[in-house]
Amino acid sequence: MSTQDYQSYYVPEQSRWPILASISLFLMAFGAGTLMTNLSSESGGGLGVVLLLAGALAMGLILVGWFGNVINESHQGLYSPQMDRSFRWGMSWFIFSEVMFFAAFFGTLFYVRTLAVPWLGGEGDKGVSNMLWQGFSAEWPLMTTPDQSTFPGPKEVIDPWHIPLLNTILLISSSFTVTLAHKALKLNLRSRVVFWLGATIALGLVFLYFQAYEYAVAYNDLGLTLNAGIYGATFFILTGFHGMHVTLGTIMLIIIFLRVLKGHFNSDKHFGFEAVAWYWHFVDVVWVGLFLFVYII
Amino acid sequence: MNSTVAATHHHGPASGIGRWLFTTNHKDIGTLYLWFSFIMFLTGGCMALLIRAELFQPGLQLIQPDFFNQMTTMHGLIMVFGAVMPAFVGLANWMIPMMVGAPDMALPRMNNWSFWILPFAFSMMLLTLFMEGGAPNFGWTFYAPLSTTYAPPSVTYFIFAVHMMGISSIMGAINIIATILNLRAPGMTLMKMPLFVWTWLITAFLLIAVMPVLAGVVTMMLMDIHFGTSFFNAAGGGDPVLFQHIFWFFGHPEVYIMILPAFGIVSEIIPTFARKRLFGYASMVYATASIAILSFVVWAHHMFTVGLPLAGELFFMFATMLIAVPTGVKVFNWVATMFRGSMTFETPMLFALAFVVLFTIGGFSGLMLAIAPVDFQYHDTYFVVAHFHYVLVPGAVFAIMAGAYYWLPKWCGNYYNETMGKVHFWCSFIGVNITFFPMHFIGLAGMPRRIPDYALQFADFNAVATVGAFIFGFSQLIFLYNVISCIRKGKQASAEVWEGSHGLEWTIPSPAPYHSFSEPPQVK
Repeated sequence: MSTQDYQSYYVPEQSRWPILASISLFLMAFGAGTLMTNLSSESGGGLGVVLLLAGALAMGLILVGWFGNVINESHQGLYSPQMDRSFRWGMSWFIFSEVMFFAAFFGTLFYVRTLAVPWLGGEGDKGVSNMLWQGFSAEWPLMTTPDQSTFPGPKEVIDPWHIPLLNTILLISSSFTVTLAHKALKLNLRSRVVFWLGATIALGLVFLYFQAYEYAVAYNDLGLTLNAGIYGATFFILTGFHGMHVTLGTIMLIIIFLRVLKGHFNSDKHFGFEAVAWYWHFVDVVWVGLFLFVYII
Repeated sequence: MNSTVAATHHHGPASGIGRWLFTTNHKDIGTLYLWFSFIMFLTGGCMALLIRAELFQPGLQLIQPDFFNQMTTMHGLIMVFGAVMPAFVGLANWMIPMMVGAPDMALPRMNNWSFWILPFAFSMMLLTLFMEGGAPNFGWTFYAPLSTTYAPPSVTYFIFAVHMMGISSIMGAINIIATILNLRAPGMTLMKMPLFVWTWLITAFLLIAVMPVLAGVVTMMLMDIHFGTSFFNAAGGGDPVLFQHIFWFFGHPEVYIMILPAFGIVSEIIPTFARKRLFGYASMVYATASIAILSFVVWAHHMFTVGLPLAGELFFMFATMLIAVPTGVKVFNWVATMFRGSMTFETPMLFALAFVVLFTIGGFSGLMLAIAPVDFQYHDTYFVVAHFHYVLVPGAVFAIMAGAYYWLPKWCGNYYNETMGKVHFWCSFIGVNITFFPMHFIGLAGMPRRIPDYALQFADFNAVATVGAFIFGFSQLIFLYNVISCIRKGKQASAEVWEGSHGLEWTIPSPAPYHSFSEPPQVK
């Protein structure tokens, strides 16, 4: 670390964005809480929906403004290589926190499959819980739950070798296309950047379309729902949160796509681009884990 | 460019309320965190006094059982997430940039956001007290199915409040790591960093690793409550014990999140007042890292009586006992630092010494609880309450007090009133022991925790504990008065503040200027 880059570390002036973001986060949380609390009651969640949407809209605008500030400062040349490293550390640790978020759900899946369900079926010295639901037999995927009237098990589960395999190919290819876009950006070949980024976004959108289609099939034809016992619960929480991350990643890709069109980024300074690419690789890796542990095995 | 860009933009704080709402200054944000934490400390403290008042004698006198349960739940949540954690983040904000020679935190706007989420999150949580069905009443560990099937409707707001706290903690931790790894002054190598910085680096790693797991588990609760899943319901093939596993995978690193920065503070204070270098600096760093790593593989010692397989009981018992080794290294090093030192006993040192002694008592009772077969007797009794209050009150809270007294003259340029500080210390020290020591006895005798009424034979010790709690609680007002009068006026402090102080933060004037290091200091 040279003394020179230390000396130009940029400390921003006062900013209104964080406090506004806190307020809109509160509106979103309070709105979502009100909405969900009243879901089952007669009154419905009218106020909750309003608060949630208002908060989300405000948050969207705030993020545009806040990132706009950051982009302007970057264009003014206020960011030193040291600042760039702070952003890199920040993004890396954020992705690590996301890894741990998914780890909780993968851990749930492994625990349920290898311990809880076999114990319910009478295996091992903890199998006494089998006394509660005699005749329950453990299997995975769990098609018949202990209490079929409350949690009717799925009739069928998703075949991994059709849509999921296709989605795997789509997402893995999109990791390559985003890397090709990055390579092109480094060589300052901007039309190629636009092409490969566009291809990545298209692959992401097609993935999301197939995922939505798969959910529709699961709900309408297979009886695989959130209510279908622990298989449905783990299936939807893992694929659902992954799908939300792909959605967010696609939005981020669209934003840097628009920024490329506006002429942002140059061949050696483009951390915004790289951060999105890192995030995209992360959702890709999570998908490989999902394909393996949720669909195939 | 010879100074930071910031320094050319603005030299001092902005005026009015805007200074606090829009600030990007690590000292302002540190101050906000510390005051917020103190307000939460008093709020959670009032709840504790209500609990103790109800337990002053057997029978129901003041409050009904359901409200009692709401109080124990809210007391725990507020003290953990609202008082102890923000206090440490506040100290980190104030001290880490000064200790490593940085101009500010690495990501100053995000720093502001991390703080300002907290008042909103806690407002939402406190609002649940006034909602239909009352506040969460399932204990701060919110075990399923108490927190799912049998929860009051306000549980949904509680879940979103926890999400907000998690977002705040993760962003705060990312900022601290980025600052420590990237903003150190030239020459400040990792193994030259003050121990407070080291312990915070490791704590921040723990926070980023486990707060998302907490977010995951409350999300699964939310799904079970509102969207028909069966994660924690055996009727659908799930398992309520799964909740406990995930919760404690977060929960055990969490308790080290609340104690590692305390280790750091004490490791700063004892060398200063013993006028010796810290004994075994490198071993302190390695011990901290070992404790952090071990914290990921001991979680099920909170669940010995839930029905784990024998192999699990044994593994978690031995892994837990292993933590005593690095912790022992630390206690040994603190004692060895004091050995043949020229010690003086100013208030920070008194709190630090009390920390070493009383935290060790809490550590030993923890070792007793780690023994799986005897834990069957101790589990869910007041012995557990005594144990974790010994590590959290004369542990974490005393260290925070010690740090506050130690750095107050650096923050506001004046010394606090030493006599009043000592009175505060002795009242707290006596109050804490009167409150929590008898809990060991009633716990061993079988009094369960989280009950508003109890059998007659526990009456005497409960009455004693209540008296102690009120002594401890009200003596914190001395602290409040002392801090406020120190901010207003007091004996002018020099840059070094303390005779034996070492480190970059003592090279800048007291009070520390709004921007401490416009140009990076050289560290030899």
